[in-house]
Amino acid sequence: MMIGLQHYLILSAVLFSVGLYGVLAKRNAVIILMCVELMLNAVNITLVAFSRYVVPAMLTGQVFAIFVMVVAAAEVAVGLAIIFAIYRGLEDIDVSKIDLLKW
Amino acid sequence: MALTVSFWLLAVVAVTAALGVVLLRNVFRAALSLILCFLMVAGLYITLSADFLAAVQILVYVGAISVLIILAIMMTREVQRGSPNSRFQIPAFIVAILFLEVLVLTLINTPWQISSMAPAAPTTAALANSLFGEGGYLLSVEIAAVLLLSATIGAIVLAREK
Repeated sequence: MMIGLQHYLILSAVLFSVGLYGVLAKRNAVIILMCVELMLNAVNITLVAFSRYVVPAMLTGQVFAIFVMVVAAAEVAVGLAIIFAIYRGLEDIDVSKIDLLKW
Repeated sequence: MALTVSFWLLAVVAVTAALGVVLLRNVFRAALSLILCFLMVAGLYITLSADFLAAVQILVYVGAISVLIILAIMMTREVQRGSPNSRFQIPAFIVAILFLEVLVLTLINTPWQISSMAPAAPTTAALANSLFGEGGYLLSVEIAAVLLLSATIGAIVLAREK
């Protein structure tokens, strides 16, 4: 069987769902950030696969994937800085204990 | 044939590594598993004939982001505590499975318009043309540069000692 667009799309759906489960089910803030990166990678696979199979000559999906990578790099830098700041204040990065803003 | 074999190999290792990220108890091993998953995604880009993106994936994700994540794990004493699940574990599992099911059903039942053209390769010059060339994405590139600068300044301000 030839590898087609749907193989890549289903693979990225699986990766995205694993990342979604991790974001919802984990308490460690660093693990949650890692799972967000996993989801962004899954979306990037989708974009590149569409670019390859639907508009092979235009590369628009790859350009979009580059911008997703830029935003992911910015997100991980700011996210880890926030985790450091919280850790310095609370000595813990368990997200179930970070509830100062909870009403 | 080589494409088929490499796709299945990369896909199986990538999904296994992704499951390792959420299932391993040791946070450091989960981070290493995530790095393996990033490497496999770079391999998938090569099978999609996106050579420049594969190089960027290795430079940015395997090189930079993984170092940041491992640094964060080392700074926050989390290796001893492991990666506990929250009380939403079972609802999260159900939500993820339902989401996956909806996605896969939609993907299978949508008639995609597959083009039979050969992909452009190598992609580096074409990507540079569409990013910086006439009628391209130059404004978005400038905005991305401003975003990276503000993220750097924000990270420094947040992480610095008071």
